[in-house]
Amino acid sequence: MQFENFTIAEIQQGLRARSFTAAEITRATLHFAEAHNPATNAYLLLSPERAIAQAEAVDRKLAQGEDPGPLAGVPVAVKDVILTKGLRTTCASKLLEHFIPPYDATAVIRLEQAGGVIIGKTNCDEFAMGSSNENSAFGPVRNPVALDRVPGGSSGGSAAVVAQGTATVSLGSDTGGSIRQPASFCGVVGVTPTYGRVSRYGLVAFASSLDHIGPFARTVRDAAILLEVISGADPLDSTSAAAPVPHYADSLDRNLKGVRLGIPKEYFKDATGETAALVLRAIEVLREEGCDVREISLPSTDYAIDCYYVLSTAEASSNLARYDGVRYTVRSPHSDTLSHMFSNTRGESFGAEVKRRIMLGTYVLSHGYYDAYYKKAQQVRSLITQDFKRAFEEVDAIVAPVSPFPAFRLGEKLDDPLQMYLSDIYTVTGSLAGIPCMSVPCGRTGDNLPVGLQILCNHFDEAGMFRIADAFERVVR
Amino acid sequence: MSLTEEDVRYVATLANLNLSAEEIPQLVRNLGEILAHMDRLSEIATEGVEPMAQVLYDAPETATLRDDVVRTPLGSEAALQNAPLSAPGYFKVPLVIER
Repeated sequence: MQFENFTIAEIQQGLRARSFTAAEITRATLHFAEAHNPATNAYLLLSPERAIAQAEAVDRKLAQGEDPGPLAGVPVAVKDVILTKGLRTTCASKLLEHFIPPYDATAVIRLEQAGGVIIGKTNCDEFAMGSSNENSAFGPVRNPVALDRVPGGSSGGSAAVVAQGTATVSLGSDTGGSIRQPASFCGVVGVTPTYGRVSRYGLVAFASSLDHIGPFARTVRDAAILLEVISGADPLDSTSAAAPVPHYADSLDRNLKGVRLGIPKEYFKDATGETAALVLRAIEVLREEGCDVREISLPSTDYAIDCYYVLSTAEASSNLARYDGVRYTVRSPHSDTLSHMFSNTRGESFGAEVKRRIMLGTYVLSHGYYDAYYKKAQQVRSLITQDFKRAFEEVDAIVAPVSPFPAFRLGEKLDDPLQMYLSDIYTVTGSLAGIPCMSVPCGRTGDNLPVGLQILCNHFDEAGMFRIADAFERVVR
Repeated sequence: MSLTEEDVRYVATLANLNLSAEEIPQLVRNLGEILAHMDRLSEIATEGVEPMAQVLYDAPETATLRDDVVRTPLGSEAALQNAPLSAPGYFKVPLVIER
């Protein structure tokens, strides 16, 4: 039996009807992944032992009439920046090539408690830094929709496995667009929840004030189910939010009558080409479904990309200082003193993009530049957040493109870091404000490349966001 | 904003990052370009705007405090298990005082 197109609901029905067992789904998915992974390089590691043990535990619960949980038997892939106890976690870096985490991330514990089966760890840009997944020390991921194209980044592997069917759902991480952009490039659903909605405990830190864990799925409903499982306060992450987690399924299967939708004119300034046309058509669909569509303005948008790259690299330069050759598996053998060991280990093991960001971050924090870059960017972050706050006084949600263009060819932007950074212009804003945002597929270009529609809502209004995404998905499917 | 090789070498020292002879001119070019773009930040008026370090939303002041209960820590064995060089209870490193 093949399970690569199954939804979570279909798996739950099949398990309860005894049509198949969790162990059968797991073995079939592992075989399917083994056969198809060489084409995409989306998995860095498959975890058959842990997966089958977990599946058998689910089957035992089912046999004894216990509730095995909302993710029972569901094949889940986990981005390789999220810690899994005893399962190698590399951050796609040479520096952590042999790192075996001594504990699980909270999100991992929660999804396994809900019956989810971890199939493997997915490839990504090194330390989640990149927009194309070409910065992995273990080779790029290829987009399963078009193998000569990038899957987007940094969670390219997590998007690709869901698109390919080698997992039903997956976990990614988003700092400036790393879930939404690959979701749009691979034609799947990707959700960046409110900052603090999901515990960051066990997520390897890139930029702590911007990092989020979030789900990928083939349907809005599946993304909502996975998000609900992993959300909620965690005593191990003091930035996790105490706000209660709603039952997101209650916001699905609703109509959109009276929903006030804002179209930020700054995101459509240069709205030409197929991506813009597909997004504009999606907005027409939402209008026909009953949304009250109006133009709004988010005036600080133009400065978001600069603000984001100042703050995220500054935080990264500090967070990545821990990789010094003392604690994490790799140490340069050519060092007679401690300070040489630090700088040689880092110089020999970090890839070009990680070095670039550490250098940028160190520069903007250094004496004489702190006020002009770092403090200024923090002030601009306030302005961007205030823009959204004002907008949500008059609209319930904002819709926009995810990316200015669909998946580009491997190598196309690799030599131009600035152009690569600019590809994040529509996603960094939501990350800076910490609001929930997501990408939902809204059609394909003439070259058959997927395009995503971005939906942004106010803090903790994931339910409102899912309501719109789900209604849209039902119309376009 | 023009960046020199000397600037790049200095920042690399601050970052404890050993760069090769080929990497330095490349970083001068890349970082120079990116910083020139970031200089646009000076165009936007921010007088009196509070710098934002963290996402904030309405919550009681004690919302992020956990219960004060004793938890079993990871333990030094687990904490040391990934170290390139260690002995029971500690990490081993090369010469610290360079004199």
